[in-house]
Amino acid sequence: MTVTTAPGFALEESGERATLRLTGDWTIMTIHELDDDLAGLKHDHPVLVDVSGLTRIDTAGAFLIDRTLRAAPEGSGLTGTNDVARHLIDQVHAVSDPVPPAKAPDHGFLALLERTGRGFVGVMSEIFQTLAFLGETIVTTIRLLMQPWKLRWTSIVAVMEEAGLDAMPIIAFLSFFVGMVVAYIGATTLRDFDLEIYTVELIGYSMLREFGVVLTGIVLAGRTNSSFTAQIGTMKMRQEIDAMQTLGLKPMDILVAPRIIALLLMTPALTFVATLAGIAGGVVVGWSSLDINPGVFLDRLRNAVPLQHFWVGLSKAPVFGFVVTLIACRQGLNVGGSVQSLGNSTTTSVVQGLFAVIVLDAIFAILYMELGI
Amino acid sequence: MTDDIIIRIRDLKTAYGTHVVHEHLDLDIRRGEIIGIIGPSGCGKSVLLRAITGLKEFDTGSIEVFGERLETLDEVERAEVEQRWGVMFQDGALFSNLTVRENVEVPMKEHTQLEPVLRHQLADMKIRMAGLSAEASPKYPSDLSGGMRKRAALARALALDPELLFLDEPTAGLDPITAEKFDALIRSLQQALGLTVFLVTHDVDTLHATCDRIAVLGEKHVLAVGTIEELRAFDHPWVQEYFCGPRGRAATGH
Repeated sequence: MTVTTAPGFALEESGERATLRLTGDWTIMTIHELDDDLAGLKHDHPVLVDVSGLTRIDTAGAFLIDRTLRAAPEGSGLTGTNDVARHLIDQVHAVSDPVPPAKAPDHGFLALLERTGRGFVGVMSEIFQTLAFLGETIVTTIRLLMQPWKLRWTSIVAVMEEAGLDAMPIIAFLSFFVGMVVAYIGATTLRDFDLEIYTVELIGYSMLREFGVVLTGIVLAGRTNSSFTAQIGTMKMRQEIDAMQTLGLKPMDILVAPRIIALLLMTPALTFVATLAGIAGGVVVGWSSLDINPGVFLDRLRNAVPLQHFWVGLSKAPVFGFVVTLIACRQGLNVGGSVQSLGNSTTTSVVQGLFAVIVLDAIFAILYMELGI
Repeated sequence: MTDDIIIRIRDLKTAYGTHVVHEHLDLDIRRGEIIGIIGPSGCGKSVLLRAITGLKEFDTGSIEVFGERLETLDEVERAEVEQRWGVMFQDGALFSNLTVRENVEVPMKEHTQLEPVLRHQLADMKIRMAGLSAEASPKYPSDLSGGMRKRAALARALALDPELLFLDEPTAGLDPITAEKFDALIRSLQQALGLTVFLVTHDVDTLHATCDRIAVLGEKHVLAVGTIEELRAFDHPWVQEYFCGPRGRAATGH
C-alpha cells in the first residue's frame, strides 16, 4: 500500500563544520534501522542537519533529529527547506526529555530486606483485617437475624439457587464417583482377608463423616467462592459499592449477609445430597462387583454405622459454608481499580477457600477425636 | 480531488437487530480538518465511529478510509490501515494492568522494531505531548484522575503517529479549565502533526474552539455539514436549539 523509502544519512565534514544530510522516510516504522548508527556518531564540530532531502517525517523521526542536535556541540542547527520537518522538530524539542529514563530497579540485599519486611507486615495486616471482617460479618448477620424483616429475602433465595441448587448436580456427581472409588479400593484390600462386607462400614464412615462434607466444601471453594469474589470485585471496580454507600445502603447488609445466610442454609443440604450420592456410589460398586445386594448393603449400613457420624459430618457443613463465603466476600471487597487485582483476588479467594476447608476439617477431626465422638 | 477526502461514507445503513441506527447516511471528511460530530443522545455518533473503524459491521452502503474499503481488504492490508489511525475511547479504555508508558508502548511493540530504550523515550515524549508530566508514565491508570486518563489515552492513540485520529467525547466529564486545555491541545497537535480529527462530542465549547466543520447527525442520517456559522443559519429545530439555546450562544459569543 504505502511505499516506504529506506531512511539514511551522510556526514560530510569540511573544516570546522559538518553537514548531516538526511534522506528517505524518517518515521516510526523505519527509524530502528538507523538508531544505533546515529547514536554512534561523534561530533567534534557543530553540525548542520540538512532536512531538505527527507521524503517523510513524523514525531519519531523528529525525536531522533532532536536527540542528535542535543548531543552535538553548540552552534549546531537545521538547514535546508522543509517546513513540516522544522515544525515537527520544534514541537518535539519542546516536549522531549534530554535525560533518558534509565533507573534500573535495585536487586541488592537491602531490597531483599525491604521485601521481607513488607511481606511480613502484609501478612500481619491480612490476618488483622480478616479477623476484623469476621467480626463485622458476625455482628451484621446476627443483627439482621434479630430483625428478619430487614433481611433481603429475594437476594438470599437467589443466592441459595445459584450457589446451592445449581451446585447440587456437580456435587452429587463428584461424590458418587468418589463413593465408587472408595468402594473399589476398600473391596480390593479387604478381599485379601475375605472381609469384603466391611466395604459397607468403610463407605458409611468415610462418606458420613468426611467425604460428603469435604467434597461439598471443595466444590463451594472452587465454584461459589470465585463467583462471589468476581461479582463483588467487579462491583467494587465499577464503583457500584461506593454508590451503595452514598445511597445509605450498607454493602455488608446487602452483599455479604445474604450470601452468608444463604450458604449457612444451603451447605448442610448440599452435604446431605453429597453423602447420599457417595453411598449410592458404594451401593453400585457393591452390587456390581462384590455381590452385595443393595438391600443387604443398606441394612448393614443402618446397623453397623451409628447415626452420630452423620451428625458429625453435617455439623461441619455450616462452618465450611460460612468460612468460604467470608473469604469470598472479603477478597471481593479487596479488589482495587485494575483488572489484574480482580484476577489476583479471585485466585487468592479460591486458594484460601480450599486451604480453609482442608485445615478446618483437620481441626474438626482432632477435636472430635479428643471429645471421643 | 479524491486524495483530499480521507473518509468517504455513502448510503450507510447500520442496525442492531431491528433497531436501525443509520440509514442513507452520506459523509465526506477532508484531509487535515477537524470535523465535529454532534447530535442528540442516542443518534448513533459513537456507532458511526465504530462503523468506520470496523468495530461494528454495517448492513449496506460503503465506507472508504484512505481510499480503501475495509471489508474488501485482507488481514495484512487491514492491519496496515489500522496503523494509520488512532482511536481514543470515551472512558479511555487504557489497559488497567499496564502502566501509562506500557500502554503507549503497546502499539509500538506490536508494529515497530524499535529498541526498548528508544521506545521508552518515544513513549515518554508522546505522554508529554499529550500534556502529562513524565511522572505519570510509571503510574497505573487507576492511580490517575479522569483528565489524566484521557490524556494518557490520547498519548496511546498518537503512539504510531496516525494520520487520522478518532476522539470519542474527549472532554466529557472534565472541568471547564481542563477541557479548554484539552481543546487547545487537540488543535495544536492537529496543526503540528497535520492530523485529520474525527471528533464526537456534546460540548459546544469544544466545537467552537477546535472544529473546522461540524456534521449534525439526526433522524438516522447527516442533517447538515458546515461551519458553526453555516449551521446557525440552518433551519432545523434541534440544530437551532443547539446553537441558539443559552449554552450554544454563550459558547459562540452571540
